[in-house]
Amino acid sequence: MTVAETTPEARTSWFRPSAWVKVFRERPIIPLLVILVLLVILSEIIRPGIVSLNWAGVMVRTAIPLAILAACQTMTMLTGGIDLSVAAIASMSGFVVATLVNGPGLWVGIAVALAAAAVAGLINGIGVGVFRVHPLIMTLGMSLVVLGLANVWQLEMVQTGAGVPDLFRRLGAGMVEGIVPYSLVVFIPVAAWVLITLNRTGYGRLLYAIGDNPVASRLAGVKAWQVLIVLYVISAVLAGIAGFLYSGLTNVASVTLVDTSLLPSVAAAVIGGTSILGGRGGYGGTIIGALILTVISSLLTSLGYPEALRQILFGAMIVFVAAAYARVTGET
Amino acid sequence: MSAAVSTSARASAGWSTSLVSALRRSGWTISLLGILAVLLLITKAIQPTFGASGIQGLAISVMPLALASVAQAVVVIARGIDLSVGSMMALTSVVSAALMEGRSETAAIGIVLGVLLLGLLLGAVNGTLIVVTRVPDIVVTLAMLFVWAGCALLVMETPGGASAQWLRSLTSGPLLSSWIPKAAVVMLLIVAVIWLPIRRSRLGLSLYAIGSEPLAAFRSGISVGRTKIFAYMLTGLFSAFGGLSLTATTGIATPVPGPYTLMSVAAVVLGGVSLSGGRGGVFGPIVAVVILSLLRTIMTFLNVNTNLATVVQGFILVGVVMVGSLIQLRRSRR
Repeated sequence: MTVAETTPEARTSWFRPSAWVKVFRERPIIPLLVILVLLVILSEIIRPGIVSLNWAGVMVRTAIPLAILAACQTMTMLTGGIDLSVAAIASMSGFVVATLVNGPGLWVGIAVALAAAAVAGLINGIGVGVFRVHPLIMTLGMSLVVLGLANVWQLEMVQTGAGVPDLFRRLGAGMVEGIVPYSLVVFIPVAAWVLITLNRTGYGRLLYAIGDNPVASRLAGVKAWQVLIVLYVISAVLAGIAGFLYSGLTNVASVTLVDTSLLPSVAAAVIGGTSILGGRGGYGGTIIGALILTVISSLLTSLGYPEALRQILFGAMIVFVAAAYARVTGET
Repeated sequence: MSAAVSTSARASAGWSTSLVSALRRSGWTISLLGILAVLLLITKAIQPTFGASGIQGLAISVMPLALASVAQAVVVIARGIDLSVGSMMALTSVVSAALMEGRSETAAIGIVLGVLLLGLLLGAVNGTLIVVTRVPDIVVTLAMLFVWAGCALLVMETPGGASAQWLRSLTSGPLLSSWIPKAAVVMLLIVAVIWLPIRRSRLGLSLYAIGSEPLAAFRSGISVGRTKIFAYMLTGLFSAFGGLSLTATTGIATPVPGPYTLMSVAAVVLGGVSLSGGRGGVFGPIVAVVILSLLRTIMTFLNVNTNLATVVQGFILVGVVMVGSLIQLRRSRR
């Protein structure tokens, strides 16, 4: 930045922790990528021959639905909120399509599922934005409502029979040449849209502003309730899309399918450097976070470690990474 | 934010206003008790056979969740939140059941005490991590939710274990009159014996102080960090009681956490504890838990689909919180 940086003295500053701290703070994606590469190398060392193009494809395929769910968490966390209803909404939308595909048809099913998701998100947004309900409580309550309604729907629909549509199976689980997952067709537009919205649009700026300093943004004329309503609708619709991919990936349609991914979705956002207090973070880190979580869990599974150890490690990692961010950014 | 400001303003206004707010606090619990009474009458009207045995069943089914909501209430009062309550209950439950299997009745006394200590320890770990790392409570306890649940799975992979006979008899059957379930008496005793002395002590006051305004509490000489760790230890202790009650009421233990964390947050909010801290008590949440499960009972009697009952519970949770925050908004604008 300054001339002094070119002196030998400054070059050695790379070995000083403060330089790393700066990288960590300003470009958290770089250390995250380093961690990801280290994990891949570790996988290869522990299980020689495991790393291949096919393996990489499978990792990406598994990480994509999680990354979309984590996009919901990233965007809501930027405003200082959280969306715990994404798992229920995702399961519901996958399930609704599976029940409608044999009757009214696939596209009707998709439309109904996304509309239902949007309504749930709208209610979330009204609760959080207008009534100022704590997002945690609002979305928690909404997940109960969605789960209950999905169960009622399940009982109504039990005669028609359910099946995951072929399109979802191909999108969720299919791979070109066993390397490139089809789900990229969904993920690339979604990710590009989220990244552009957060980084290049006024709406994205508003999300950061509300999370960074709600009072200042209000004084600057931001109508937070409008921003929040739109935000929670977006989050719910993204969750619905993730639900389609989950049902295709596992070839299962169940009203509790995505439940186990709720906490990993928060974890991916936290590891990716998004602060739960709002105002700091971005989607790029979250994508890497989702990949890191996927590689770790596949590594542990391939080692035959029990699910229990995986959970413990996940938890410990979230605390460690969040603590590192807190230390580096000096936030409390 | 606004709630905290209004609370601190009220605290500085003196004794008379704090008396009013105390009345308002118990006012919430009293009106909950009124709702409970009405619901009991409705239950009786719908199902004339609902009597002493119905109350017994209700008390036994309510006990673990009531203890979980007390655990949650303590930490929410201190402006925290503990998402690992359900996992801590699962862990303490499997540890107690695994140790008690095949052991004598007297050994079980030591095991129960050990499990309670374990609860304090788990809470201390949660609290210390939050205070030392300065990571938000939600993130840390969310992570510990994984950790404790994983530990529970390491202890026991499938439901199993056993419970000592005396522990089981503590929660089943009536006491004195057939209308007074032992489970309810034991639960209230546990909460009263632990909470009431603390509530009256300096520590209890500190809990409320760091909940309503941490900065003011710090400036008046309270060690905010230590008090917070203490709050999480209490939460761990009550979660351990909850875990023991799971073992005692079912006779076995399940390593998978039940829905207790989410329901405890719901009960705490319904029970009049402000999520922004510093306001409420532990008895409101207990009444709220009873109301929630009584609603479920009523809907079962009415042959309402149990899933719709879940929907109704969700709507009640959201509705009450909305009304609650509207009231708070009004207050802060004044």
